[in-house]
Amino acid sequence: MSAHAESHDHHDHDHHDDEVVSHSTLGGYLLGFFLAVVLTAIPFWLVMGKVIPDTRTISVVLLSFAAIQIVVHMIYFLHMDTKSQGGWNMLALIFTLILVVITLSGSIWVMFHMNANMMPGMSHDMSQQVKNLP
Amino acid sequence: MSDMHATPSAALAENQTQFWMTKDHHPENGTLLGFWIYLMSDCLIFASLFAVYGVLGRSYAGGPSGADLFELPLVALNTTMLLLSSITYGFAVLEMQKNRRGTMMAWLIITGLFGLAFLGIEMYEFAHLIHEGAGPQRSAFLSSFFTLVGTHGLHVTFGIVWLVTLLVQVGKHGLTGANKRRIMCLSMFWHFLDVVWIGVFTFVYLMGVLP
Repeated sequence: MSAHAESHDHHDHDHHDDEVVSHSTLGGYLLGFFLAVVLTAIPFWLVMGKVIPDTRTISVVLLSFAAIQIVVHMIYFLHMDTKSQGGWNMLALIFTLILVVITLSGSIWVMFHMNANMMPGMSHDMSQQVKNLP
Repeated sequence: MSDMHATPSAALAENQTQFWMTKDHHPENGTLLGFWIYLMSDCLIFASLFAVYGVLGRSYAGGPSGADLFELPLVALNTTMLLLSSITYGFAVLEMQKNRRGTMMAWLIITGLFGLAFLGIEMYEFAHLIHEGAGPQRSAFLSSFFTLVGTHGLHVTFGIVWLVTLLVQVGKHGLTGANKRRIMCLSMFWHFLDVVWIGVFTFVYLMGVLP
């Protein structure tokens, strides 16, 4: 029984350390930082150097770089994985991401269609009216 | 594993069993999980502000557009400050793991200075915009811009307040378990703000200057 208690304590201690400051290594942080710098520099270069002239294409490219960089930060800086906190971290993240996607895409979709369908020809007139305001 | 051995002693077998059975979670984990859930709720605030900017970001009301206003070199400098503060916070966490209080506090102070530099540049940008007559009341685009970027800046401000508080606490009480836990919470907060900033510089600044 005492052997059991010892092993239990030892295990607890290990596990505790592991849990509070898990996965933090110098190599991990440096790799994450390197990737973050590259993934930041390329979008800035693309926009400031006007490398891709087509707005729609470059928007997709920029958003892809942002998505990749967010994943890099999540893994190397926030130490996200499917095991931390017994998976509850990941579950909360997935739930939040679903809400974020609904909020963002829903708002933009609805408002775009409202602008397109409810106010025919208004956008031009509006800007003229606003310019004429005192 | 113990099943592989021909005759393991009864005690060892029990140990092995207990080892796997007790691999459960600590009550302390509650703080980090709870803080993570707070961050997720914060993420929803930012998501709605991003949605507002996504809807109103091209409503210039005849005023200046992002292409007229945004200075990308300044934004790049700002992004660099925040990225550097993230890696220095990482170094502080590594020093904390080794229980080196002095160097950990030094890295935290450097992190705070990078955070202050970020805020200084952002304040300069805001002051510059307002001075040019492109304040938050100018157009729906600028209202949503100031709300989104300002909310992020406010978070960084409170992060620095928290950082200073932690420095005082660690200076007074040392690297106790409670202080380590707080440092890990602030670490998540700080890195989370960096993640939000990725969205800001991509969606607001870089896509804002596109034709």
